[in-house]
This record gives sequence, structure tokens and C-alpha cells, in this order.
Amino acid sequence: MSVLLRTIKALSLMFVSTESFAAAQMDLTPGVTAISQEVYELHTLILWICVIIGAGVFGVIFISIFKHRKSKGAVAANFHDNMTVEVLWTVIPFLILVGMAVPAAKTLIKMETPADDAEVTIKITGYQWKWNYDYMHEGFDYFSNLAKSSKDAINSDNPKDREGINYLLDVDNRMVIPADTKIRFLMTSADVIHSWWVPDFAVKKDAIPGYINEAWTIVPKVGVYRGQCAELCGKDHGFMPVVVEVKSKADYAAWVAEKKGAAEEAAAGDSKTWTKDELMAKGEQVYAQCIACHGAGGEGIPAAGFPALKDSAIAKGPVAAHLDIVINGSKVNPAMAAYGAQMSDADLAAVITYERNAWGNNTGDAVQPADVKAARK
Amino acid sequence: MSDDHHDHKPTGLGRWLFSTNHKDIGTMYLWFSFIMLFIGGGMAMIIRAELYQPGMQLVDPDFFNQMTTLHGLIMVFGVIMPAFVGFANWLVPMMIGAPDMALPRMNNMSFWILPFAFGTLLSTLFMEGSAPNFGWTFYAPLSTTYGPASTDYFIFGVHLMGISSIMGSINVIVTILNMRAPGMTLMKMPIFVWTWLITAFLLIAVMPVLAGVVTMMLTDRNFGTSFFEASGGGDPVMFQHVFWFFGHPEVYIMILPSFGIISQIVPTFARKKLFGYSSMVYATASIAILSFIVWAHHMYTVGMPLAGELFFMLATMLIAVPTGVKVFNWTATMWKGSLTFETPMLFSVAFIILFTIGGFSGLMMAITPVDFQYHDTYFIVAHFHYVLVTGALFAIFAGAYYWLPKWTGNMYDETLGKIHFWISLVSVNVLFFPMHFLGLAGMPRRIPDYALQFTDFNQMASIGAFVFGGIQLLFLYIVIKCIRGGEKATDQVWEGAEGLEFEQLPSPAPFHSFNEAPEVK
Repeated sequence: MSVLLRTIKALSLMFVSTESFAAAQMDLTPGVTAISQEVYELHTLILWICVIIGAGVFGVIFISIFKHRKSKGAVAANFHDNMTVEVLWTVIPFLILVGMAVPAAKTLIKMETPADDAEVTIKITGYQWKWNYDYMHEGFDYFSNLAKSSKDAINSDNPKDREGINYLLDVDNRMVIPADTKIRFLMTSADVIHSWWVPDFAVKKDAIPGYINEAWTIVPKVGVYRGQCAELCGKDHGFMPVVVEVKSKADYAAWVAEKKGAAEEAAAGDSKTWTKDELMAKGEQVYAQCIACHGAGGEGIPAAGFPALKDSAIAKGPVAAHLDIVINGSKVNPAMAAYGAQMSDADLAAVITYERNAWGNNTGDAVQPADVKAARK
Repeated sequence: MSDDHHDHKPTGLGRWLFSTNHKDIGTMYLWFSFIMLFIGGGMAMIIRAELYQPGMQLVDPDFFNQMTTLHGLIMVFGVIMPAFVGFANWLVPMMIGAPDMALPRMNNMSFWILPFAFGTLLSTLFMEGSAPNFGWTFYAPLSTTYGPASTDYFIFGVHLMGISSIMGSINVIVTILNMRAPGMTLMKMPIFVWTWLITAFLLIAVMPVLAGVVTMMLTDRNFGTSFFEASGGGDPVMFQHVFWFFGHPEVYIMILPSFGIISQIVPTFARKKLFGYSSMVYATASIAILSFIVWAHHMYTVGMPLAGELFFMLATMLIAVPTGVKVFNWTATMWKGSLTFETPMLFSVAFIILFTIGGFSGLMMAITPVDFQYHDTYFIVAHFHYVLVTGALFAIFAGAYYWLPKWTGNMYDETLGKIHFWISLVSVNVLFFPMHFLGLAGMPRRIPDYALQFTDFNQMASIGAFVFGGIQLLFLYIVIKCIRGGEKATDQVWEGAEGLEFEQLPSPAPFHSFNEAPEVK
């Protein structure tokens, strides 16, 4: 494998040469799980079979090209049929294929065996354009968005802004799983089809509305593993990475306890009355989830069908209509999802308050979690 | 040979608008495809320019998605397919000794639908909101519930393309089955005619399926049905099953005529008969039949049952057998021939090698557990560009150089042709080969921006793209130069050429040929 790759890399260097090039990955990752290792070995086996067959066939073609030229006085032979070779080059490839299919089927069966004995189950829900990780037996869930450092660097003119931040492969909240533990992933989607992929685990499964797909992994090594959404899911398909942090079992237990505490705190936030300043501060944080479509300055992307919020009829009109569209989604434009299912009462109250007062909207309204609760049907 | 007093052409615009002549219609198909090549190619240039470096520089992500969508649709339906129909129109009647296509008026209509179909599709770029931005595979619900308003125009355009293709293929089948010269039995037909006959059956079988799936989209979008809408009891995965039941045979629709062209050209320049004629015919038919039972290998990650995944893996691997037979037969045809390397032969040899590389990556992707890693990455982008660009498009170039002298009566400029070939060959590999590495390293397809570790190979690909795109202007110049004049072609054109169009017709082929059927022994 490495000989072939080194040769190709050396040839490639004739075209482009930069320092980072030496580090560019050219082959599939062997990954960190037993399954990903098997997949890598299968990949390598098939690649070599192809290389050997290719070398044989292309070798014969090149011998023809150089030896059987008219300019070298070659006279055409007369044969145009030979039963024996035709049977041979039908049967031999067939046998090679059978030889490939057997180990492939073995690995596939392992991968597709249901993980009923899993110790941790995480429901992964794809949204345009973020992931929700629901720790079903722990009673908390959260969203995982593209990290702000990457978001800020996308349109930057200075390439240095994109360095050292795992550009486009970093998130605000990572999925966290324990090492050496069988984890079951259940994939679904709240809108369009997404695909959850971590190359190092050899797990890629589509998240499809109306379906619950299943995959599993056991990761022996503590570390951070990165992947991306692999199914075109609209405008920001390229901007919804997957980051999984594998912690030791003890660290994982501590993390779960902390998350549970935070969930209780959030529930407390839903029942208190907030000042407008608190709402605005919180709202600005929550609004980060709205920026992809509505813009950091509320300007939207009208050309692509994403309306502005600055000076808009919704943000400056009656509070009830504003609550309705954020909680229940838009009736006419499915890109505006129903956030009632995604956010707590306090977060909704804060973001609506923010939208009604930021960018010169200045309605003066302060929407309370209790208002949101009342507006939920 | 030809009756000169019959050889008067209609003049003016009417000659083209109302044409029922297979040669004029063939010419129009080929020019249409050529224009679309530059439009679809221009979109590819925008894509590669944006991907030249990380960060968004030139376009926004939504426009990027519109470009990948329209690039795919135009190249598949507007370039490769019409080019092959153009070849079929020009060549099938001349190769089987028929005076024209069997249904000349329908022939006119099936061509003239196309400019309207693509006018409709391209007009979406100028509409408010987005043009279609959901990829050429238009998966629901991204294209239905979440599709832009212009999606309905896209649906209408696809319907028109389907109608055009179905009429075109009916015409090919009827012509081949009914209008062969006396003595030309099926097993004496040139391989190109055979591959087109099989392609036409594939088209008739699957274009209605495509029409069905876009119609379901239309009613989901506008009339309250829920074929693909999960919240209404529908099934988004069913969309993919129906789409790929069309889509997989579709990829063979784009490659079987290429096989035919290569099988005509290689024997000519090897000065030796095609090796294993009948096994070539059977291999083509086997590929066509297998193409109906492998569709779900495009969907390994949707969560199919294990049995389904195993079945589609094994069936897909089987396709390697007849495909291998074809490659081995071409190799055996060259073996101990008396080879010369004019431009058509150069493109054909490149086709055999580079298409085979695309076949190898296809075989790798057939293996379900490994495909979980390849699926929806640049590895797949590399694969289908090897089979469609260095495959189908190179075959079209080869065929164009091979038959241009017969069509125009003039030889093309051989030096320029060779320059076109060598620059295309190098640049197309600089363009697509690095995409294998990008995919294996984990770069998903259809993303407008990427992580820094993918930069170098993307830059390489973009440089290759600009050279490959630019050099096609030279091809345009070569074609125009050849039409306008040049060294006169002999009737046989090529020393080793066989077949009715080279042995029984002058160069250029007269406007009306074979008014009396030739005798085939």
C-alpha cells in the first residue's frame, strides 16, 4: 500500500508543492475500532486486487502499443475468436469476486448485528444544520453546532483565520461517549435526510425523517474524533461537522452528572421571571442558532428565500404571531422549523425578546418563559 | 452510388426547423450537446474556482448547490445523452443500409423538444429564490417539502427530456429492427448498432420510471399527496428506490454507446477484426439486464436489511464479469494488430485504460462494508467522472474525430487533434485522480468549503479543471475548421475502416444515402 501511495505522492508533488502537502492523507483511515480496522483491511485487499489486475491488463495494452505498431512493421494477425481464453477470462474474474465477497460478507454481518447489548444509547437527530444528541437513558439532550471560530472564519479574507481551529471540523458541544463501551446510535431527522459519519469508527448512517436507523461502535481509545454530515441537506450541508469525544468511563460518569445538573438548572430557568437585560444577553447566545438563515445582523438572505428579521413584520408586529412562528414553524416555508420542540421556554423567550429589540427593532417587549408556556399548544 | 439529382437540400432556417433528415437532425443533436457541454462545463469551472482554497470566496453556499445540481443534470441529460442520440441519427441508418430513420417526423420532434426542456431548466437560474439546489439526484424531502419554488419548472423540464428520450429510442429500435439492408442479420450488425439497440430498450424501460418519480414529487409539492413525506405516512427512502431504479440503468445508457464507438474504432486502427464479436454482444446484453437488479448499491447507508445489502453487493460485483470481458476483448483486438495512433485511436486507448480505472473504483464501492466509508465522498466523485468523462466523453471525442471526415468530407487537423488529446489526457487526470485521495481522506461530496487538510489536492484538481475546460475550446476550433475545409477525405477515410458507411458511401455522405438498399453478404 504505502509503496504505491509514496509513488503517487511523489508524482503529485510535481504539480503542487506546499509544506502541508507532506501531511495530506491519501488513503482511507484504519480508524480506531476493531470494525474500522477490518474495513480498512478489506479496502486494502480490494485495492491491491485491482492494482494487480490493472497492471496485467494495462501491461498487455502497453506491450501492444509499443510492439505491434505499423510503424515498426507489424502485420496484423488474423485471429478474432478463441473459446478457451474467453471462458477463462469469464470464469477467473468470477472466482476472484467470490474470494472478495466472502470476507466482505463476514464484516458486513458483524456491522449489521443489532446492538441490543449496548450500555449507552444515543439518539442522533439531524436538523438543518446541526445535530441533536439525546442521551435517552440519562434524560438530557443538547444541540451540536459548528463552532463559532469556524463560522467567523468562513467569509474571512485572511487565510490565517482558518488555521489552528480545526476549521469546519469543530463544534460548540461535542458528543461524549465512554471508552471500551458498546454504544448504540439511533439516527433520525427532523427535516431532510442527513448522514452521520465518523470515519475513525467506520460508522456512516443516514438520518432520515420517519425512520430510526441503528449503528453501533466500541471505541477502545480515549480521544477526539471528527467527521461531517455526508448527505446533501441544503445550504449549510458543508457546515455541520460531527465531533465525538471519547472519555474514560470515570470521566464520562462525571460528565453525565454535570449535564444532568445543567438540565435541572435550565428547568429552573423556565419557571422564573427574567429581566429584559437578562433576556437580551441570553437571547444573543441563543440567536447563534438562527444566524445561518437570518444573518448576524438580522438581514436574512432574501435572494435564497430566507427573510430578514430587522424591520420585519413578524419581529415588530404582534407578539402572538412571533411566538407562533418560532414555536410552531412556518406554514409556508419549511426551512423555518418548529423550534418549540428544540428549545426550552427560557431560550425561546430570550431569543424572541432579542429579535424584537436588536438591530433597531426596539419594540421594548420582554417575553417571559411563562408567555412561551402559554403559547405552546 | 448516390443519385445526385436527389441530393438537393432545403435551405434557410426551415431546413433545420422542419428537418426530417437523419443527418441534419444528427448534426443538430451534436451541436446542441456541444453547446450544453460549454454551459455545464462553465458551471464546473465555477465549482472548481470556489473549491480552489478553503473559505467562501466567489459564491454563496446556496448558489454552489445550484451549480452542482445543474452541472450534473446538464452533463447527464444535455451533453452525454444527446451526443449519443446524435451519433445514432447519423450512423445507424448508414451502418445498416437504411435511407433514413424509420420515423422521421418523430425524430424532428424529439430533437426540438430538447431546447425547450433545457430552456425551462436554465430559466430557473433567473427566477426569484433558488434554482434547483438539491443535487442532480434530487432526493426527497429536500427537493419536495424543502425544494425552492423553481422545482416545478425542473419537474416540467425533466418530463420533456424523458419524452424526447423515449421518442428517440422508439425510433432507434424501429429503425434497427425493420430497416436493415437485405442480408444484414442481427449478428452481422456493427457493434455500435447493437449497443444502441440495447441502450434504446433500457431507455424505454426506465425513462417512464423517472417520469413517475417526478410526477409523485409534483403531486407531493402541489396537490397534498405524501408519497415521500414521512409526516403524512409517506416514505423518503422509497424516493431513492424509485429514482435509482431509473438511475442505475441510466448510467449504462451513458456508457453502452461508448462501448459501441470504441468497438468500431479499435479494429480500424489495429487493422484487425474485433475480437469476440458475439461475446461483446452478449456482454452488453448481460450488463443491461444486470443493471436492473443493482440499484440499491447507491443507497447502502439508508439502513437496508442485511439480506438486501448482501444481495445488492453480490449482484453489483457480478457486473464486473461482463465488463471485464469487454476490456479483455478490446485488449485482444489490439494484440498483434498493426497499430497506428491517429486521434480517434488515442482517445479510444485512453478510454479503455481510464474507464477501467473507473470500473475498479466501482468494484471497490460494490463492497458494502467498505462503501460505508466511500459513500458520498469525493471517492465517488472521482469514480463517476472517470467513467463519464474519461469514459463517455472521451468516447464521444473519439467518435467525433473518427466520423467527422465522413460527415464533412474533410480531414480534421491531425496535429491539433493530437494536441487536444494530450492536453486533455494529462489535465483530466490532474483534475480527477486527486479526488480519490480526497474522498479516502474523508472529504464529503457536495460541500462548498472544506477543512484545511484537503487544500492541496483541491488546488491540484482545480488547476487540472481549468486546463481541461479551456482546451475544449481547441476542440471547438478543430471541428469548425474541419467543417469549413481541409484535406479531402477518401471514401474509406481510414485505411482499416470497414462497414457500409465507409465501404459504400462517398465522403461526405450525401444528404440522401441508400435510397436503394445495398446488398450485404
